[in-house]
Amino acid sequence: MSLRNVPWQGVAALVLVLLAIFSPAFTTQELAALSAGGSGAAFPYAVTGPLMLALAVLAALTIVLRPRPAAEAAALFVLVHAAAWLLLGGIAGAEGGALAAYWFLLAALWLIAWRLATVLSSLRPAGRAADTAVRLLVPALFGAWILIVWEAVVRGAGIPFILLPPPSAIGVRIANSVPILAADVYQTIFKAVLTGYVIGCAAGFVVAILADRFLFLRRGLIPIGNMVSALPIIGVAPIMVMWFGFDWQSKAAVVVIMTFFPMLVNTVAGLAASGHMERDLMRTYASSYTQTLAKLRLPAAAPFIFNALKINSTLALIGAIVAEFFGTPIVGMGFRISTEIGRMNVDMVWAEIAVAALAGSVFYGVVALLERAVTFWHPSIRGG
Amino acid sequence: MTSLHSRFAPVLAVLAAIVAIWYLGAYALNAPFQRDLDRRSGETPTAWEFVVRTMTQAKPTLPAPHQVVANVYENTFLRKPTSNRSLVYHSWVTLSATLLGFAFGTALGILIAVGIVHVTTLDRSLMPWIIASQTIPILAIAPMVIVVLAAVGITGLIPKALISTYLSFFPVAVGMVKGLRSPEAMHLDLMRTYHASRAQTFWKLRVPASVPFLFASMKVAIAASLVGAIVGELPTGAVAGIGSRLLNGSYYSQTIDIFAALIAGSVVAIILVSIIGLAGRLTEKAMGARPA
Repeated sequence: MSLRNVPWQGVAALVLVLLAIFSPAFTTQELAALSAGGSGAAFPYAVTGPLMLALAVLAALTIVLRPRPAAEAAALFVLVHAAAWLLLGGIAGAEGGALAAYWFLLAALWLIAWRLATVLSSLRPAGRAADTAVRLLVPALFGAWILIVWEAVVRGAGIPFILLPPPSAIGVRIANSVPILAADVYQTIFKAVLTGYVIGCAAGFVVAILADRFLFLRRGLIPIGNMVSALPIIGVAPIMVMWFGFDWQSKAAVVVIMTFFPMLVNTVAGLAASGHMERDLMRTYASSYTQTLAKLRLPAAAPFIFNALKINSTLALIGAIVAEFFGTPIVGMGFRISTEIGRMNVDMVWAEIAVAALAGSVFYGVVALLERAVTFWHPSIRGG
Repeated sequence: MTSLHSRFAPVLAVLAAIVAIWYLGAYALNAPFQRDLDRRSGETPTAWEFVVRTMTQAKPTLPAPHQVVANVYENTFLRKPTSNRSLVYHSWVTLSATLLGFAFGTALGILIAVGIVHVTTLDRSLMPWIIASQTIPILAIAPMVIVVLAAVGITGLIPKALISTYLSFFPVAVGMVKGLRSPEAMHLDLMRTYHASRAQTFWKLRVPASVPFLFASMKVAIAASLVGAIVGELPTGAVAGIGSRLLNGSYYSQTIDIFAALIAGSVVAIILVSIIGLAGRLTEKAMGARPA
C-alpha cells in the first residue's frame, strides 16, 4: 500500500482530530472549569468529549487503512453519525461558547462524511434493490449533513435566532403548529394551486390542439407564447387580486395565467414530434385527423406535455404564494410568511418554507411518477 | 417577401385580436361602475358617450390599451429619468439588481456544473438536491432574505440580487452540466489519444462544446433573474423599482400604473433576452459555427 493511494480526506481528518485533541477545550465552560482546578461545576463534553475524539480517530484510521469498500462504508456510517450525535447533543446549554476543539472536530467529521459519500458513490452493489438504496442514500446523506453542519454551526457559534434558527427549532415549530400549517396548505395548495393548475393546463392544452389544427393560429400564437415565457407574468398578481378579490380565486387566476403558456408552447412542440414515417403510415391506414391525433401524435407528444406539467407544478406554487403578498384572507402560506416575518417569528417562516418545499417536491414527484406510468415506452424511461 | 409576410401576418392578426378583446373587456369590466356613477350624478349619456366614459376612468378596473400607452409614454419620455415617477428610473433600479444577480447566478451555476462534471461524489449527491431546489417555491424565501439581511445591515442592491442569483443559478447549472457532457465519446477518446490532461480536455473540448448550451440557459436565467428582482422589491416596503410600482399601484388601486409597470418590465425582459440571444449568435459565429 503506497502512501499516494491514501484518501486525502482520511489524512486531513486525522490531522484535524489531533488538533482537536491538543486544543485546550471544547467550550468556554470547560475552560473555566479547568482553570478552577477541576473542582468546578460539570461542563459540556466532560464524559463524551474523549469518546467523540476516539470515534473520530477510529473513523479517520478506517479511511487511511482502506478496508473493503462495503466494510469501510458501514464502519464510517456508524462511527461518524455516533460522533455527530454526541457533538450535537452535548452543545445544549453551551450555545455560542464553542472553542477550537469543537470546530476542529466538526470539520473532521464533515470530511469523514464526505469520504463516506465518495465510498458509497463508488459502490456497485449486485442487486437492483441494493443499487437503488445506495443511489438514494448518497443524496440523503448530503441533505442530512447540511442539516447537521447547519445545526452545529448555528448553536456552536450562537448565531442569533432571528438570523437563522437551527433546524431542530424549525422541526419543533412544525410539530407544534400542525393545524395552522394544515389550514395554510389547504387554502393555498388545495384551493388555489390545484384549481388554477388544472384550468391553466387544460386551457393551454385545448388552445394547443386548436393551434395545431389551424396553421394561421399556430403561426400567430407560438412567437407570442415564446415571448410571454420570458416576461415577468407574476406581475399580474395585483391586478388579479383587484378583480377576483382576496380569496383563493384571485390566486387561482394568477396560476392559470402562469401555467397557460408553457403548456401551450410545449404541447405544440410535442405535436410536431412524431416522425414523417409514422404519419405516412397513418395516412396509408386512411385514418382521420382525430384518429391520427389520438393514436399517434398525442402519445408522441406525451414527453413534451409532461415536461410542461413539471415546469408548471413549480410555477403554480410560486404564483399562488407571491399573489398572497398582495392581499389574502387571514390564512395561506404566502400570508403566513409575510406576517410572521413582520413579527420576527423566523422559525414559523422557516417551517412554512419547509412545508412549501415538501409540498413542491411531492407535487413534482407525483407528476414525475405519472409520467413514468404513461410514457413507459419512451427511451429515457426504458433505458433508465 | 412571401415568407416574411406569412410569418408576420398571423402574429399581427393575433395581436390585433388581443387588443380587440382587451377593449371589449375594458368596456365590460368598467361599465358597472360607470353606470353607477352616472346614476348617482343623474346623467343619461348616449350609448357612445357611455362607451367613451368607460375608457377614460381615472381608476378603471381594466384600463383600456390607449390609457396604458399614454401612461407609459408620459412616464418614460416626458419625465426626467431621475424623477421617482419615471419608469426609466424604476426600470433602472430593477435592472441593476437583475444584472448583478444574473452575474452571480451564472458564475455560481457554471462553478456547480464544473464540480458536478468532474467529481463523482458531487454528481451523485448534489444533482438531486439541485433539482429539488427547483421544486421549492424559491420566491417564498424572498421576504425572509430581505428582512434578515436588513437586520445584519445589508440593504439595497445585494439582497435583491441574491434572490435573482438563487433563481438564475439553476438553469445555468443544469444547462452547463448538459453542455459540458455534450462532447461525444469519440471526441473524448481523441483527446485521450493526444494524451491531453483533464485541464486540456476541459478547456479545448468541453468548454467550446458547452457554449451553445450556456447561452440557451442564460436566456432562461436572465428572465428568471428579472422576476427575482421584481419580487425582491415587494417586501422592502416598496421604495423603488418595478416591483414597488406594482405594490404602490395595488395599494392605491392605480390600475393604469400597474399595467404601465408591467409593460416596462416586459420591455426590459425582451431587451435583455434579445441581447443575450445576439451575444450568443455572435460568439458562436466567432467560434466558427455554421448557421443552423
